[in-house]
Amino acid sequence: MSISDEAIRAFAAEWARTIAGTSYVPLGLVELESTLTELTGELRCVLASDPFDPAPAARVGAALVDRHFTHPDSIACTVGLVSRSWGGVNDPDLRDRVAGLAGALAAGYAERLQERTFAEQDAIRRAAMIAQNEAERAARELQARFRAVFSGAAVGIGVGDVDGRILDVNPALQKMLGYTVEEMRRRNVGEFIHPADTADVWQLYQQLITGTIDTFRTAKRFVRQDGDTVWTQLAVSLIRDNRGRPEFQIAVMEDVTDLRRLQIRLEHQAHHDALTGLANRALFQQRLGELAATTDPTERIGLCLLDLDGFKAINDSVGHGVGDRVLVEIAARLGQTVDGDRQLVARLGGDEFVILVAGTSDAQDMVAVAEAALAAVARPVSVAGGVFNVTASAGLVERTAAGADPAELVRAADITLYWAKAEGKARWAIFDPERSLREVDQYTLAQLLPTALDRGEFRLHYQPLIALADGRFTGFEALLRWEHPRLGRLRPDRFIAAAEESGIIVPIGQWVLQESCRQARRWFEITGSRPCVSVNVALRQLSDGGLLDDVLRVLEAEQLTPDQLQLELTERAVIGSDHEPLAELQALAALGVGIAIDDFGTGYSNMTYLRRLPITALKLDQSFVSELRPDAADQTDAKIVRSILTLAHDLGLTVTAEGVETAAQAQALRELGCDQAQGVFFGAPVPADELGRTLRGPRS
Amino acid sequence: MTRPSWAPPEIDLDRPSAARVYDYYLGGFHNFPADRAMAQEAIRMWPELPVMMQANRAFLRRAIRYCVSRGITQFLDIGSGIPTVGNSHEVARQADPQSRVVYVDIDPIAVAHSRAILGDDPATRVLQGDLRRPDEILNDERVRELLDLDRPVAVLLVALLHFVPDADQPREVIAQLGDALVEGSMLVVSHASSDGQPELAARHQQLYSRTPTPMTMRSKVEIESLFGDFALQEPGVVPIARWHPDPGAQAHPESERMVGFAGVGLKETVR
Repeated sequence: MSISDEAIRAFAAEWARTIAGTSYVPLGLVELESTLTELTGELRCVLASDPFDPAPAARVGAALVDRHFTHPDSIACTVGLVSRSWGGVNDPDLRDRVAGLAGALAAGYAERLQERTFAEQDAIRRAAMIAQNEAERAARELQARFRAVFSGAAVGIGVGDVDGRILDVNPALQKMLGYTVEEMRRRNVGEFIHPADTADVWQLYQQLITGTIDTFRTAKRFVRQDGDTVWTQLAVSLIRDNRGRPEFQIAVMEDVTDLRRLQIRLEHQAHHDALTGLANRALFQQRLGELAATTDPTERIGLCLLDLDGFKAINDSVGHGVGDRVLVEIAARLGQTVDGDRQLVARLGGDEFVILVAGTSDAQDMVAVAEAALAAVARPVSVAGGVFNVTASAGLVERTAAGADPAELVRAADITLYWAKAEGKARWAIFDPERSLREVDQYTLAQLLPTALDRGEFRLHYQPLIALADGRFTGFEALLRWEHPRLGRLRPDRFIAAAEESGIIVPIGQWVLQESCRQARRWFEITGSRPCVSVNVALRQLSDGGLLDDVLRVLEAEQLTPDQLQLELTERAVIGSDHEPLAELQALAALGVGIAIDDFGTGYSNMTYLRRLPITALKLDQSFVSELRPDAADQTDAKIVRSILTLAHDLGLTVTAEGVETAAQAQALRELGCDQAQGVFFGAPVPADELGRTLRGPRS
Repeated sequence: MTRPSWAPPEIDLDRPSAARVYDYYLGGFHNFPADRAMAQEAIRMWPELPVMMQANRAFLRRAIRYCVSRGITQFLDIGSGIPTVGNSHEVARQADPQSRVVYVDIDPIAVAHSRAILGDDPATRVLQGDLRRPDEILNDERVRELLDLDRPVAVLLVALLHFVPDADQPREVIAQLGDALVEGSMLVVSHASSDGQPELAARHQQLYSRTPTPMTMRSKVEIESLFGDFALQEPGVVPIARWHPDPGAQAHPESERMVGFAGVGLKETVR
């Protein structure tokens, strides 16, 4: 038989079409067709062989496998195509040949496929083995590395199972806890509980071994085999098996005992006095702060502030070395007098000590503490062959703890200690808030003044000035008052010195000037009369300058005539003012502003300033007035007043008597020819809104 | 948690591996019972799978030729799997005998097998690596000794990125690779997609969750965005069989139903 080349090509094209999708072959369709055309040619040769030998067709089957037609469909479609294309003709010989050809083709395919399968299976198994070996080698290396880390690490490492059985511990951990591996293996993690462990450590541990968390870190103490305590920083990690179930636990811990001891020592040093070993100021303040932080309204605390009396004399006479030894002895005694749980003795510095008492029930508790302390101090101290008799004074404070301001509390104890010293030393005094308020010191007031001005705590009270001849109201003196929210109303004598000292008197004075002039204007607007307003001026206001400008500005602003304003100066102020203020006073006087000398007669006897300064008025101190009566037996005061009046009137000055309290005084002054008067008889100083009522009241 | 690179790989022949399953789809025998069981299950579910995989393999061949035609002879084939037939270096060498290929796979068995096949072929290298650590691949001495990174390189990410979940930041990884390459370099991507047959894709995705490399199907738009700064070359991201088909090739109806996309990007000159 013969098959045309045309038929071969057609066969190959059909073959390519049907076989192409059966397996992946890295050929394009064109390349595939040309390959298959070649193979078809081979099949033609086999088919035409004579004598017929189908065996070579096996090579074509093998070639399909070699081209990677490895899917059963590939041979199925090939055999099918051979039978359909050539076996269909009615020729028994050809049918036999085609059958033989197909058989050989399939056999060759199967054989090569088997070879290929074996080869590839072999190859992949070998690859798996290599990979496995490689992985095992890497695992061994890793294990060796871990082993090296485990045994060489400076940190302690322990491995346990999730039941807490200890499986292995490294040398560092053995050394840290003092147990051998064998001893450790007989123990359970749970046995390493320490009394100081916080509950959360073991909660975390439970969460870890049950797989809720994978790691935790904590600080933990362990008891060593020899009973000592080891402080550690501990990190525990969970190891899970392939399915994620908790399997092992690994504890890594660092011995921080030395660090901890150092920390404790440093902490102790930071909180204790190096000389006496008592608590220092820092620790005292910390404890006091802690106690004061309570919210329990029944809690009470007390302070006993102790200062040795005249201790400087000991230091000065026998030297600081011996002085220090006395202090050490006294500190030790004070330490013995207190109950350690509720009381703390601290050395605040020098020869000053404090006893802080928690849980007092009343001030009497503090008295007992103080008496015990003072008695302990008072026992003679034998040091360096000498005997020293030392006493101490104590200031006591006792109050509810909640809401206490620690700084305030210490200050109160300090004030009280001062009272004890002032009352004769070697005694205690107990804090009295009333007394303390009364004695608020100048320093404190000076500090409060600027805020007082900002917050508008100052007020002016006005006291009427009356013409004695006809009882006419001529004006008023403006008097400064400080309404302190806690200290109450303060009169100028409490704070003016402090205000002058600090300079705050200047802005305060400006405010007084402005406010009183505004009041004069309001008075005019309401009554139509033009009163004179008399304002006190401090030396500082003159010497710091600007008073003239202030006066001009205020008069302008309030539309007052200069003669409506009188500035009152003390004798002390004008005597101390030789130079600059003179010019300013003269300018003010030239303007028509009145210049009065306040409290006349109480200061200097040298009255040359009356000639030198542009004074327009005198204010007669009330000490000359208090004894005046027309029918008085002793007329000394009347004589003095008369002389002053004569002098003043000769110099063209008007005179105002201060502190007139009775009708008799008023009568006497009138008879002596005094021009004006002020005092409770005519009206006490009152706020502006009460001034009208005061003046409308009955007056002689 | 990702396994640190210094820890030994786990070899578990009872778990199917994507590389060996792929080999089975292509008609190879480089696989184990677990691989075959999974592949057969997948084929029962989705009978076109082998044809689709063949189409994917054919895309690899066409894409390499395309790159060579654009003057590239250096290839970095990441996720190369088990070299069965029509391997990158064979295709590339057919197109240009000077071609050099570095094979990278995460599967230690695939790597061992590749080494066995390639022996000491001077123009190929095989290394075990993880696409998610591009720096380790790019700095590997085998890459450095075979590839000249001062000249263009084609990075082949064929049938790989659907094994990289979004959590592993495939865009950033590709951008990092791109940064290390000179202009004229190319990025070759084919990617399984849920577009068209979402239900089937979801089940398929579920099947792969039992392998160490679970699947993340992406839409065409998402696949396009993976190219980042690489300029998509004609015809863009298209169904795999439609990407520069062989002349005279008749489209298989099966591969028309193919749910996968392919594309090639070019690193252009920065102006």
